[in-house]
Amino acid sequence: MRLITAVIKPFKLDDVKAALEQFGIKGMTVSEASGYGRQRGHTEVYRGAEYQVDLVPKVRVEVLAEEDDAEDVIDVIVKAAQTGKIGDGKVWSVPVDTVIRVRTGERGPEAL
Amino acid sequence: MIDSGTTAWMLLCTALVLLMTPGLAFFYGGMTRAKSVLNMMMMSFVSIIVVTVAWVLYGYSLAFDTAGDGTGFINKIVGGLDYLGLSGVYNAVYENLIVAGGNVTPEAAAADNFPLMVFSAFQLTFAIITVALISGAIADRAKFGAWVLFSLVWATVVYFPVAHWVWGGGWLGQLGIEDFAGGTVVHINAGAAALALALVLGKRSGWRKEPMRPHNLTLVLLGTGLLWFGWFGFNAGSELAPDQTAGLAFMNTQVATAVAAGAWLIVEKLRDGHATTLGAASGAVAGLVAITPACGFVDPWAAVVIGLLAGVGCCYAVGLKYKAGFDDSLDVVGVHLVGGVIGAVALGFVAAYPFLPGQNKGILIEGGQLSQLGLQVLGPVVVGLYSFVLSWVIGKIIDKTMGFRISQEAEVAGVDVTTHAETGYDLGSVHASGVVSPNGPVPATKKVDA
Repeated sequence: MRLITAVIKPFKLDDVKAALEQFGIKGMTVSEASGYGRQRGHTEVYRGAEYQVDLVPKVRVEVLAEEDDAEDVIDVIVKAAQTGKIGDGKVWSVPVDTVIRVRTGERGPEAL
Repeated sequence: MIDSGTTAWMLLCTALVLLMTPGLAFFYGGMTRAKSVLNMMMMSFVSIIVVTVAWVLYGYSLAFDTAGDGTGFINKIVGGLDYLGLSGVYNAVYENLIVAGGNVTPEAAAADNFPLMVFSAFQLTFAIITVALISGAIADRAKFGAWVLFSLVWATVVYFPVAHWVWGGGWLGQLGIEDFAGGTVVHINAGAAALALALVLGKRSGWRKEPMRPHNLTLVLLGTGLLWFGWFGFNAGSELAPDQTAGLAFMNTQVATAVAAGAWLIVEKLRDGHATTLGAASGAVAGLVAITPACGFVDPWAAVVIGLLAGVGCCYAVGLKYKAGFDDSLDVVGVHLVGGVIGAVALGFVAAYPFLPGQNKGILIEGGQLSQLGLQVLGPVVVGLYSFVLSWVIGKIIDKTMGFRISQEAEVAGVDVTTHAETGYDLGSVHASGVVSPNGPVPATKKVDA
């Protein structure tokens, strides 16, 4: 199993969610995040004083998938989140040892 | 003879001016970081409490008891003690002044008389907001108890005498200085005190290194709206009668405020590339400040000029603190001191309707006197210096004895939680937990009865 984490532009969340649902992903965790990559931040001005705001609002989507599906899930997210402009975000995956469904105690792929 | 119309009007204006202090709390509170919003607002609210008590006990007497004919040396400086505890006010009447050279007859002036108690309440609201204005300079870092003490002492030794000098029959008023609603008494006075306190307390931890952005500009705009609304009571009410001059003051207040807000936005757009919300709010307040001394003395065209000067002048003045290196957190100096001076000095040029003995028209108006311009410079210099020096001394004494600043640790954690044990916004559900107990903290473990 793999944990796929995507940090994307907030307005792309609906597209990514819809694409993942269509692919057959049954659950996900979404959280608000802030950060920067090559996009860096933006400048704000208050009474003439400029502030460099480095951290840009992003959304983090976390999805658990079976080993065989992982690459496809990543492709689905990248396709849905892409605008082609700087600041589109990142997607990565890491191996996961165990997954347990709390309600039933099921383990492994059964718990996904 | 009490006029019911004037009495009703002045009661209304008193309530309008009091509303400005909660308005100021929103204006200032929105400009601080989220971790200090409550303390910022509390510094305004507590000035309502402190100054009201001082006013009833002795403040009104020190400011407005003329103690006879006002010719004695001491009575030029400070009022008498006849009204201690507001004694003798209930049955007294505020007698409207007979206008020198104006078109008002003694009979007409007397027809605008109203209860002295109402006059006292009206003037109280001015004392409150003047003290509250100072707090903008010391956001995020002041000990609450030190601020309470400062506000009491400052009102006593700075505001009450200065109000007496200009409005209570004191020496500046006798010279003929024009200050219709408090450009000198309120704004220059508070602005100079703010500069002194910013110097006494020093810079906030992380100033110019960490971003200290306004955390809630919607609160700032709400505060601006309340200030603007209440300011009609402040300015038009200062005529102390619902008459022709009150109408002029009302219109001039609106005109200068709108022009100043627009001017600030234009400067920002041309200089920084964006017309900002904070700019509109700041410009409006700068216009309100600058027209305050002038509103009943000038024609509306002059209010346009004063608004323009205030909007452009204050927009540049708020940048001075970065060059000079003092942390006047919310720009009390740049807006209130500078705006107040602009309005006061402008009167030396464009005053058209002087009405008290000794007052003259400005030099750009037919029949104007250069001496009036001199007085309009003298007032800000004298009051500014007096307020600055005394505020610095009071601030230093408090700082050396009880300390004026919270610890750096408390400042970084946030003055709200460390001083008041509260947070302004509880937006999450994860971090806040615990049991509500009416009798203090709940013990970590409890024995369960069998």
